[in-house]
Amino acid sequence: MSMAATSGTMRERARGFRFGALWLAVPGLLFLAVFFAWPVAQLLGLSLFDPDSGKASIATYERIAATDVYLRVLGITFRIAGYTALYSLLIGYPLAYWLSRLPDLYRGRMLLFVMVPFWTSYLVKTFAWMIVLGRSGIINSLAMGSGIVDQPLPLLHNEFGVMVGMVHAMVPLAVMTMLPVMAGIDRRLVQAAQTLGASPAHAFWLIYFKLSLPGVAAAGLLVFISSLGFFIVPAFLGGRRETMLAQLIITQVQELLNWPFAGALAAMMLAAALVSCWVYDRVFGLSTVAGGSAQVGAGRIRDLGLAILAQVAKLAGGVSALMQGLIGRRGSALVLPVFSWLAIAFLVLPTLLVIPLAFTSSQFLEFPPPGYGLSWFRTYFESPLWIQATIRSFLVAFATAIAATAIGGFTALALANSRTRWSGLIFAFFLAPMIVPRIIIAVGLFYLFARIGLVATDLGLVIGHTVLAIPFTLVTMAAVLKGYDQRLDQAAATLGANRLRTLTGVTVPLVKGGLVAAFLFAFITSFDELSIAIFVSGGVKTTLPKQMWDDMILQLNPTLAAVSVVVFIVVTLMLLVAERFRSSSSS
Amino acid sequence: MTTTAAKPDAKPMQAKLVIEGLCKRYGATTALEPSSLSVAEGEFLTLLGPSGSGKTTLLQLICGLVDASEGRVVIDGRDQSRMPVHQRDIGLVFQHYALFPHLTVTENIAFPLKMRGRPASEIARRVADTLAMVHLGHLAKRFPRELSGGQQQRVALARCFVYQPSIILMDEPLGALDKKLREHMQIEIKRLHRESGATIVYVTHDQEEALAMSDRICLMNHAKIEQLGTPREIYERPRTAFAADFIGISNIFRGRWDGNGSLETAHGRFALPVNAASPGAEPALVVRPEHLRLGAPDGNAVTGRVSEIVYAGSETRVIATLSDGAPLVLRLGPDDAVPAIHDQIVAGWARDRAVLVA
Repeated sequence: MSMAATSGTMRERARGFRFGALWLAVPGLLFLAVFFAWPVAQLLGLSLFDPDSGKASIATYERIAATDVYLRVLGITFRIAGYTALYSLLIGYPLAYWLSRLPDLYRGRMLLFVMVPFWTSYLVKTFAWMIVLGRSGIINSLAMGSGIVDQPLPLLHNEFGVMVGMVHAMVPLAVMTMLPVMAGIDRRLVQAAQTLGASPAHAFWLIYFKLSLPGVAAAGLLVFISSLGFFIVPAFLGGRRETMLAQLIITQVQELLNWPFAGALAAMMLAAALVSCWVYDRVFGLSTVAGGSAQVGAGRIRDLGLAILAQVAKLAGGVSALMQGLIGRRGSALVLPVFSWLAIAFLVLPTLLVIPLAFTSSQFLEFPPPGYGLSWFRTYFESPLWIQATIRSFLVAFATAIAATAIGGFTALALANSRTRWSGLIFAFFLAPMIVPRIIIAVGLFYLFARIGLVATDLGLVIGHTVLAIPFTLVTMAAVLKGYDQRLDQAAATLGANRLRTLTGVTVPLVKGGLVAAFLFAFITSFDELSIAIFVSGGVKTTLPKQMWDDMILQLNPTLAAVSVVVFIVVTLMLLVAERFRSSSSS
Repeated sequence: MTTTAAKPDAKPMQAKLVIEGLCKRYGATTALEPSSLSVAEGEFLTLLGPSGSGKTTLLQLICGLVDASEGRVVIDGRDQSRMPVHQRDIGLVFQHYALFPHLTVTENIAFPLKMRGRPASEIARRVADTLAMVHLGHLAKRFPRELSGGQQQRVALARCFVYQPSIILMDEPLGALDKKLREHMQIEIKRLHRESGATIVYVTHDQEEALAMSDRICLMNHAKIEQLGTPREIYERPRTAFAADFIGISNIFRGRWDGNGSLETAHGRFALPVNAASPGAEPALVVRPEHLRLGAPDGNAVTGRVSEIVYAGSETRVIATLSDGAPLVLRLGPDDAVPAIHDQIVAGWARDRAVLVA
């Protein structure tokens, strides 16, 4: 081998090393560009062109503005999303605060009461509320049976029903967003404030609450944006007056096949989401969503904020003094745990109530069941429709998990190893499928798939679900790699391992737990997914959630309870395993 | 308890802080055995001990962050044992400063005055004075994260001195600083102490720091007070082998009292100091390295082989191995002849230079 050749390969390897890291993100970037960015952009573009002539036109938007129907729906969507964010914070903040103060070991266990509802399928949760709140539901049968009321309370198909369902669905997200911020607050600061003469109320509001505000704002933003795209909860728990934007989009696509109009509505929804992000960025800085430190506002707004907090503290000090007078010091110390346990009951109980109904011997969803048996599980397992849907869900979820974990893992590796200034932007792009309402992605993909023949194929489902699962796998892997000591790779290199051997012999074994967790999170994401399935399955290749959705629209029946129990158990088991692997990997 | 009550003269009138039988238990474990202590006005008292010795527990009991199982905390003659933290007139400087990250330097320092509802003009004046006192006037508008470790430390000190609490407690305040800065801040804290006349209770595990800064040292071990005295008393007259070993370097010879004036040890029979009290159950002789002389000018001497020589500028430290393998440390001045490694040496000391500990 000549000297020139040797030095040539050396140089090439040196160059490969430099670019190598970022190349790992390229497959993911291409995938998301083709199956996420392009379809969404195209859908939005559709609204700007006349479908017949193909010329640019704003006719669609004129039609939206012409009647007040759509603006009213937009208003309703905003109002419901806003209230959902508000109530989720009001319930989630004390719960997150309580969790953050628990001893580490105990907190890990208590956190499952938030994690399980977080990952439980929206369909299962909504089904549970239909059973709890319905005319002959659990609350009404208990209230009527005990004679408190003589006719059923109107709990369902109105704004109350929607709010209960939405808040129930969103509190876990709020808690899980606020918790890391709260865990990062140095508890000694509150002690310091007290030694300096601040009462407990002042120390809490002026120091702790102020420092937790970025988490509160991030949680509010995420809940608000997620709520904008909701359709399951308003469809089943709301009435005509609670119709939300996502439901209109579904109608436009499925029943009216009016693509430009659906595109325009999607554009409105996306604009609403982006405007909220922009406002948030102006006030708090977007980096706080990813756990960065908040930029400090300057001047009068900041002074005003501190002054308001001082007043709140004074008021809260009065309230807590009053409360201590009424129920004593020991009693007031119980307020937070009692509230937190009630919140946990609110999150967990409705789903658990579905379980006895799955074993009912009755033809109807009565509570309590008149007798118990396995007949509804038999119906489920003997129905080819249900079983095919179940098998397809498992297969699609498995394929999705592999694809999403590979893409998320390589991207995380790329971002961890490169110091380019683009990495923030790349990270944001990969997280975008979590921010852009799913319904928009689903409709966009449907439009794309319709032309390349991927509608009603398993591949189409896998692609769509992979788009949605990538953010979860990336975040999980990025967190694991962040805690990973890069010097171990360097050590392996100095000891003579090449890059591939380093990856397979050192890196992968050490981040194995994170990989398994990412795989399972992606699996659950796909297993629960409905928006994409509604469109892409084409009514032929149904998945489990799609079959549930169809059944729930047609008629509530105890088979749904049996299916819900199966889904709930599968997801909970996977979650427990994922959590176990994740914590073992990070410790 | 009864003995303290029976001796009224044990509590001087100007005592700023009196602790009586203070004790903290967590279930079966005891974080602090019943302890009593009195701190005079303007005194600088250091709680010194290894980790787990109970010094931080004692500090937290004094400021009220932890509730006592038994005993009383009396500040300025008032029993404050049941007083919540924010109503005790104390100041605490935290180990990692605990500056409020969302407040500027000025706002951090103004915080305790605002909590006390002082008028704005007074707050502005006192904050400015205190900032000048710690030489930080030019950084008033900065946020804590924009400051260096030493500057953050000075803000933490200013935040305590500004409201002139009855007692200032400091929990290893210099632990996070590097050696050079630590020595600088020691001098700074002594200056603040002198200028303000504050009463300071200081916690550290660093014996050099304790010796350099304190009026008195309260040496703690195994959740109780081991010895209380001035730095000189504790260094020169340690009462226990632990005290001798923890403060400075000591050569400790354990042995058996022969009932007369000598101690029988593995290295020979050593004459006790002339005025030594009668030894306890496990007597030992403590000889500081600077009191050992090569050759045997006086009666007490040991032989060993030089195993290590450490040159440290102003002195040279010689470590020898005794016949049973135990190390012996000698400190030689710049003019002394230094032996070579593996040399057989004889080291001796004047009998009154040694200290007999129980």
